[in-house]
Amino acid sequence: MNTKAQNTNDPWLHLFAVLTAIITFLLLGVGGLVTSHDAGMSVPDWPTSYGYNMFALPIKFWKGGAFFEHSHRLLASGAGLLTTVLAVWLWLKDSRRWMKWLGMLAFLLVVAQGVLGGLRVTMHMDSLGIFHGVLAQFFFVLTCAIALFTSRFWLEFAADKNKFSVPRGLRSHILFVTILIFLQLVLGATMRHQHAGLAIPDFPSAYGKIWPDISPAAVAHYNAQRMDVNGENPITAFQIILQMVHRAVALAILAGVAAAAWLSRKRLGGKNPLTKLAWSWLALIVVQIAFGAWTVWSNKAADVATAHVLIGALSLVLGAFWCILAFRRPVTSSEIAPSSATSGSFGATPAMAANK
Amino acid sequence: MKNISTVLAVGILAAWQAVSAADITGIITLKGAPPAEKEITPMMDNPDCAAMYNGKMPTTHFYVVGPNGEFADVVVSLKGVTGKSTGAGAPAAVLDQKGCLYSPQILAVQTGQKIVVKNSDSCVHNVHCTPTVAGNAEHNDVQMPGGADLTYTFPQPEMFLRFKCDVHSWMFAWVSVFDSPYFSVSDKDGKFVIKNVPPGKYTVEANHRKLGAQTQDVEVADKDVTVNFTFDVK
Repeated sequence: MNTKAQNTNDPWLHLFAVLTAIITFLLLGVGGLVTSHDAGMSVPDWPTSYGYNMFALPIKFWKGGAFFEHSHRLLASGAGLLTTVLAVWLWLKDSRRWMKWLGMLAFLLVVAQGVLGGLRVTMHMDSLGIFHGVLAQFFFVLTCAIALFTSRFWLEFAADKNKFSVPRGLRSHILFVTILIFLQLVLGATMRHQHAGLAIPDFPSAYGKIWPDISPAAVAHYNAQRMDVNGENPITAFQIILQMVHRAVALAILAGVAAAAWLSRKRLGGKNPLTKLAWSWLALIVVQIAFGAWTVWSNKAADVATAHVLIGALSLVLGAFWCILAFRRPVTSSEIAPSSATSGSFGATPAMAANK
Repeated sequence: MKNISTVLAVGILAAWQAVSAADITGIITLKGAPPAEKEITPMMDNPDCAAMYNGKMPTTHFYVVGPNGEFADVVVSLKGVTGKSTGAGAPAAVLDQKGCLYSPQILAVQTGQKIVVKNSDSCVHNVHCTPTVAGNAEHNDVQMPGGADLTYTFPQPEMFLRFKCDVHSWMFAWVSVFDSPYFSVSDKDGKFVIKNVPPGKYTVEANHRKLGAQTQDVEVADKDVTVNFTFDVK
């Protein structure tokens, strides 16, 4: 147990870190709405807005796509300010050296993210939008992690080293699934920044089949039949494949998280916080898949598609939290978790006791 | 003296071409029932635009078809004819933003020809052109209500170069750019005219944004030529 670290626990710092994570989550949502409404280029200049100082844009211009884009810029400025204060606070007050640098990393990332968002507008580069979206997810995980690390829970969790350990195989499995979720988010960001609407309009089938026809004639037929109000670019075979891969990876993630929950229960016991976290994770993945289906059924309604993005971000955070917490515990090479069974929050369970 | 002779020779050749040139005309027809157009419902969320329609939303117009299948907005051109642009001296083509829609939605111009974009609405638009051919630059400019017209030119041929407004996500126009003056866009009666085509053998291409391209070979002599196209929608 790191007594020095525990002494540095500052509830106000923790609350501030939580606030930063919440604002980042909202920022992700507004950013998602910008892309869902295809409004990323509605304000062509940056860092000014329609030639005005960003903070002085008259309210009469806050309409249509510009409402989402301008709100995104303002909220991003707020998140940037919060992150800067958080980084300075951590640097000055947190005794853990790695936390100081984690705060610095958050500061550098938020600056990079702001510049990336601006360049995406001024350089007319959709591909930068993909990086902007992916980096946003990573930054959200980072702010949540800082909130976790500054919490009393984290310090207590670290102090309970002797109460249970995590099998290496389970830890690796969940790390793998978390990486898979991150890759799925990259796929999702790539799909969203194609600006081609729905490449496949039905679910669970794909153009009425398990695997759709992607011949040039078939794709031409799909495009002839599409009547999108937003008149997106014609879809391509590549975009259809991209969505099919997204669906397949979603199934793999569902199976992976279900296995993680089942294995956690088996290896750590039902009352273990990591098991509870794994079950929550599974529930979130089920909701996420439902929102994915709803995105298709609603013809990619902006609010539904954005909710899908947000739940995806939360899924990544839960996976990351599981890994972070698991890496905080001692590891066992066998699948059996040795433990000095005791009571308490992180105590060994009957299942663990039986495995001794 | 040599220069005068050259100028005279070119003048005579041009005059001879003009006299001997003919028009390629035709009618485009659509067979089959196209998908139903959709109401532009997102417009309801935008008070500036919705106010112009008194609650009755306009629809998309991807398939502009007359009662007897007369098919509008098909771009007809002479395939493979390049290096003949007279765009620099041609009158500017006009693209207007009116009622939170682009008008016309389908337009064709020459390389180097000016495209003047107007804003006849009382709300702000951004004019965002998104070419995909190298050499044609992407632009994104804000245009205030009553603001000055914006002018664009494109040096490279490109089919269906997209203009959009990101403030109003349903606003699109597609401008086809040709390296010659030999093109036309079918009107509401499905008719098109490609004027003053010099004698020769050509491939006429009719291209619809949704249904793709069809071609026919023709030979132009000193009389007008008629070429009709029929598109099928399944």
